[in-house]
Amino acid sequence: MNENVPASFADVKLEASCRVPLLALFGGAAVWLVVSSALALIASLNFHMPEKFAHCAWLTYGRVFPAANDALLYGFCVPAGIGVAIWILSQLGRAPLRDPLVPVFAANLWHLGVLVGLIEILSGNTTGFDWLEFQRGGSVLLFFAYLLLAAWAMMVFTARRERALQPPHWFLIAALFWFPWVYATANLFLVAWPVRGIAQSVIALWFANNFIFVWLSLIGLGTAFYFFPRLIGRPLQAVHYALFAFWSLILFGTFCGIPHTAPVPAWMPTLSSVGGGMFVVLLLTVTIVEVRTVWGFIKSKWDNGPFCFIGSGADCFVISLLMMIALACPAFDRTAGFTWFTQAQLQLQIYGFFAMTMFGAIYYLLPRAVDLKFPFPKLVAAHYWMSLIGIVLLVLPLAIGGIEQGLKLDNAKIAFPEIMNLSLMYLRVSTVGICFILIGNLLFALNVFVMTCVWKMALLKKILPAINAPLETSEVKS
Amino acid sequence: MKNGFSIFIAAVLLLGISWCAFVLAPVIQLGDEKQTVMINSTDIYPVQRTGAATLGLQVYRANGCAACHTEQIQQNGMACDLIVTSLGKNSSALQKVLAGSLSDSFLTTNDLPKTIRHGISMEIASSMSDKITAAGGKAEVHVYATGADIERGWGLRRSVAEDFLWDSPVQLGANRIGPDLADVGARLGDLNWQLQHLYAPQMFVKGSVMPPFRYLFVKQKKGAVPSADALQIPPGWPKDLQPPGGYEIVPTEDAKNLAAYLLSLRAEVPLHDAPYTPAVAAPTEKSK
Repeated sequence: MNENVPASFADVKLEASCRVPLLALFGGAAVWLVVSSALALIASLNFHMPEKFAHCAWLTYGRVFPAANDALLYGFCVPAGIGVAIWILSQLGRAPLRDPLVPVFAANLWHLGVLVGLIEILSGNTTGFDWLEFQRGGSVLLFFAYLLLAAWAMMVFTARRERALQPPHWFLIAALFWFPWVYATANLFLVAWPVRGIAQSVIALWFANNFIFVWLSLIGLGTAFYFFPRLIGRPLQAVHYALFAFWSLILFGTFCGIPHTAPVPAWMPTLSSVGGGMFVVLLLTVTIVEVRTVWGFIKSKWDNGPFCFIGSGADCFVISLLMMIALACPAFDRTAGFTWFTQAQLQLQIYGFFAMTMFGAIYYLLPRAVDLKFPFPKLVAAHYWMSLIGIVLLVLPLAIGGIEQGLKLDNAKIAFPEIMNLSLMYLRVSTVGICFILIGNLLFALNVFVMTCVWKMALLKKILPAINAPLETSEVKS
Repeated sequence: MKNGFSIFIAAVLLLGISWCAFVLAPVIQLGDEKQTVMINSTDIYPVQRTGAATLGLQVYRANGCAACHTEQIQQNGMACDLIVTSLGKNSSALQKVLAGSLSDSFLTTNDLPKTIRHGISMEIASSMSDKITAAGGKAEVHVYATGADIERGWGLRRSVAEDFLWDSPVQLGANRIGPDLADVGARLGDLNWQLQHLYAPQMFVKGSVMPPFRYLFVKQKKGAVPSADALQIPPGWPKDLQPPGGYEIVPTEDAKNLAAYLLSLRAEVPLHDAPYTPAVAAPTEKSK
């Protein structure tokens, strides 16, 4: 698609209909993004100077670390993902978003839910389940905000004027259903009426996998499959493989997540392993679609911006998938399952793949939706390189350190404190990676904020004369 | 994939299958799990934790201890020891059997009980035991769990679903930044040690990355008589860990409950799905 072609009147209307909800979703998401990397930095510093946080309950590792994770996942990933999904659905179907004030309200409700949840975690009122730490107060707000947002996204979808379905449709529509089901299940079975014993852990693991792996992958791949053709200017290649990717993701992905180390009946990790092994299909299909679509355009389309972000995101997805397939092997899982390796995989999936894809999408669509240029276009490239270096410095040492940690844990002759001190070296490098990510996130937030402010000022300038002007009787009547 | 409805049906169907497998089935299979009977005993396991320990689990949860500690002992397999406990009346016949294949040394009654084979499989152990019994002697087969966690002394057997029957939320943990705690109550069973360690972990493990939980302790003025539960701080500790003159460091209720919970973590009971021969059982057999 040529950037110089003036947008038609209908396009402008389409973009404008999404403007305010997107600003509300992405503005809050940018705040939580910065908050999450700041919290992650504090969590990481806990390892290097544990004494510094000895007197502060709010900043102890066990609270800050889940808070950082949740701020990233619930604060940034979900609102950014839904915002991008709404915009893509509106573009694909050439249908505007109606009644935009409802999603604006829902977006603010969502961000309020995240705020409540984070404060509860930091004050010690967590549910105690990984990735589901928000207590009732926060999660009820999140759930209803999500339902509203998803309902409005579905309205855009059903009102589409281009009836034919594209590959991004499958991914995004499935994702819209996925989240409320798994989130409601997890909250009902774990928080509202907790089941007994170890079944809690199984459900928590199922939820985490379905959220972090399946939901994020659905939205992320849907976004990538929409933007690659649009940025390059030719249709998605190997579309039937994209269909394969979709089916293998929702067929096998939903069964992963129960590690071999868990004290549960053996059929559960075995089933998970089978699902994980079948990811080879997903790996191959996604790689084929990406390579055949992008190949030959990498140099000409290299923009240090949307294309690079989304391309790197897809690459991270492939690597994260490889790590997941490795963890599906029982022998490797028993060695690396309790180490930093799993954290490396999660960070790669959430930040490397999903957040990077979202950055690319937002950098592309926000100027069009708001009809303003980004105030600091150079910072986009800076953000890209900061994030890329940050993610490499965060994930690589954790993955290598994790494997070493696992091998040493398997050898009972090596004393435990020795293993702990060894992984400290890797943790130092990963702290540097978090610093890079924090700076990158600040640049992103800066661009989004200044843009929002410029837009609000322009709006104010328009409204002020209208407020000050005396009412004309004829206008009031009509 | 012509319309949205087919995607909806596909998503509902596939997620439904996964939901049945990992939500419904675990609830049916594990949700109404009962206490089990220990091996060679009529005692049931697990018993409810004490009140303080149950409250302590919530302190454990609130402070995210599971971010660094797992409660899942891993086990690679099982191995057996073969122990001769009696030579019987026909000692020479037994010595012949032993000398033939089993033992390198000549056994006398004074040596007993004697472990003649270590780390053998159950099949070999029971066939050897049969031979010894046939020759008139008596032998015991002791089962033990193997694996790095067991060798580290983190526990005696793998963790099983029953261990978590009374816990809500179940705190499995996923990353071993710190050691496994499934059996910490048996390993480090001293309440005072636990409190001191929570207060200043670096004093026990040099270079420990565990954050000190000093916010679970309060500094208060000493009364006429020092508080009974005041933390005993060894005089050798650095000055900034010592209370100023006239003051004492007292653990809060949270700290005491957390320590009680840690002491209640004892996965040391042999079960049918994670068997081993407890060391205490041996002397009762010997005394016969």
